[in-house]
Amino acid sequence: MTAYDEHRLAELIKALPPAPQAWVEAAQELPLARGRLDEIVARAEADLAFRDALIANLEEALRLEGYEPDAILLDELRRRLES
Amino acid sequence: MARCRAGDEDAWRELVSRFSRYVFAICSQAFRLRTEDAEEVFQEVFARTYQHLEKLRDDDAIRAWIGQLTRRLCIDHLRSSSREEIVDPDALPGGVDDAMETLDEAFAVHEAMGELTENCREILDRFFARDESYQTIGAALEIPSGTIASRISRCLARLKEIFEGRNPPSHASS
Repeated sequence: MTAYDEHRLAELIKALPPAPQAWVEAAQELPLARGRLDEIVARAEADLAFRDALIANLEEALRLEGYEPDAILLDELRRRLES
Repeated sequence: MARCRAGDEDAWRELVSRFSRYVFAICSQAFRLRTEDAEEVFQEVFARTYQHLEKLRDDDAIRAWIGQLTRRLCIDHLRSSSREEIVDPDALPGGVDDAMETLDEAFAVHEAMGELTENCREILDRFFARDESYQTIGAALEIPSGTIASRISRCLARLKEIFEGRNPPSHASS
């Protein structure tokens, strides 16, 4: 076993600084984002006019409907709408 | 993990919190991605982890799974980028394998810190991982800054006991 003296432990604590808080919060909100995504996709499948608006201008259509078009939501929606 | 699979949002938040430093360190230290690239990989790792929760039955293997996923996504990112300076990740100084090994050890140490008192955990984390001064730590934790050095020493000694208890010589982790 490697010798883990206090100096080595200190180095290893230092090796993992916190990730930027905003990144962590964005990842933590994934379930919420996933819920919004499912809701939008379901609406797009049921409402062709909404789907056309999303395809024409995704960001604008989401804003008009009261959704905050963050990067994760936009990327995932583009992928789902194209499939 | 079971709570995450059951859709418990608090459990998911804990999981992200638990692995966020590890994923961040692989991106920024082992592969030295630029900040914007590291953020992209970071989010992709957790998005895929969330998608694959159902398949991650072996709770003990999740650290290795997340480590491998992060590594793979970093390599994909480097290869698909137009940057010419780093095409072969194995050509990085010190090598990715050495860096990954150190980060795995660091993750194990941070897990062991979970068994320290909250005060000890905060002091060690603030001083070593967040690089805060004695004065800042003293003010934040409402303790005299003149006592921080001795507290760090005591907390490190306690951490050593805990870590050795979790990693006895006959069952040393790699």
